[in-house]
Amino acid sequence: MRLFLFCSDMIIPVIILGIVCYGVTQHVDVYESFIKGANSGFQTVIKIMPTMLALMIAVGILRASGLLEAIGMRIGSMTDHIGFPGELVPLTVVKMFSSSAATGLLLDLYKEYGTDSRIGLIASISMACTETIFYTMSVYFMTAKVRKSRYTLPGALIATFAGIAASVVLAGMF
Amino acid sequence: MNKTGDEMLNILWSSMIIAGILYSVVTGNVSDISNAALDSSKEAVTLCITMLGVMAFWCGLMQIAEDAGLVEKMSGKMQPVIHFLFPQLPKNHPANKHITTNIIANILGLGWAATPAGLQAMEELAKLEESRRSLKGIASNEMCNFLILNISSLQLIPVNVIAYRSQYGSVNPASIVGAGIIATSISTLAGIVYFKIMDRKR
Repeated sequence: MRLFLFCSDMIIPVIILGIVCYGVTQHVDVYESFIKGANSGFQTVIKIMPTMLALMIAVGILRASGLLEAIGMRIGSMTDHIGFPGELVPLTVVKMFSSSAATGLLLDLYKEYGTDSRIGLIASISMACTETIFYTMSVYFMTAKVRKSRYTLPGALIATFAGIAASVVLAGMF
Repeated sequence: MNKTGDEMLNILWSSMIIAGILYSVVTGNVSDISNAALDSSKEAVTLCITMLGVMAFWCGLMQIAEDAGLVEKMSGKMQPVIHFLFPQLPKNHPANKHITTNIIANILGLGWAATPAGLQAMEELAKLEESRRSLKGIASNEMCNFLILNISSLQLIPVNVIAYRSQYGSVNPASIVGAGIIATSISTLAGIVYFKIMDRKR
């Protein structure tokens, strides 16, 4: 387990080192490139700020009303049997439709239970390994003018649930 | 292309607000609503400030990788993998390039580069399918496989999640990276096994 966390700690420094060294050996103006990219990253965040604000307000209202808790408890009594915390059900479902709405719920879980709690860890890992199924499918298939998606949805659901199951197991190892 | 996304958000957002306020009236929590709205908006701004730092840093790093030709180099090495995943796809078909770019951009967490490439790949796959069967509106095997792969989201570093964790006081925000890589590999593997079975049936 210690090795596992050690590797986790090493990945980002190794990537930074690797990319900078590779850039230098390829005679790229590394500093110039970094500034250019940082600028575009800055713009991306500025662009999503209003969305973020809107959704965090909506989740804040849902939380204050007590509805979120009520839903979580209702479903939780069913999912607890298979070892999946009910508090995570709203997050899992919403993530299939909208990534930004899911972010609002994720942050709410962090506030409520802490980032390093079991719930916080499962949420973190599962957010890192799942995609917005319905959003992606509708955008991509619309582009290809496809109406019959055949085995795409079952495949996407299988992959997503495998990822979530893995998140639960892995979070237990911390 | 943002239309469906906006529609979904439109429904989600409005129902969250309406359900929340109505429920608070029923349970008598209505006095907490205005505080919740104000606090949440303040919090959103604080969070975005943290995000500005993390995202600018990561995107800067990725720009170096791109300018140094690392992305292109990786594409070259991906060819055998693409052939394994899409055995019916002709080797020099233009869809190959878009699919590769999409997969690499996803792995590196470059969402803005992944989507355009992904959509171009779908257009190319649609053309290919038309030339094969002249049947319109039905997903080809390649399309199904590609989307399952895409949705299973093979991501190396979940930059956003790390940023959120650091904003909300995690002792070690990046501690989930290892577990994330294992989980994302498992989900992608499950997707691949499934579509390989379906692909064989044809």
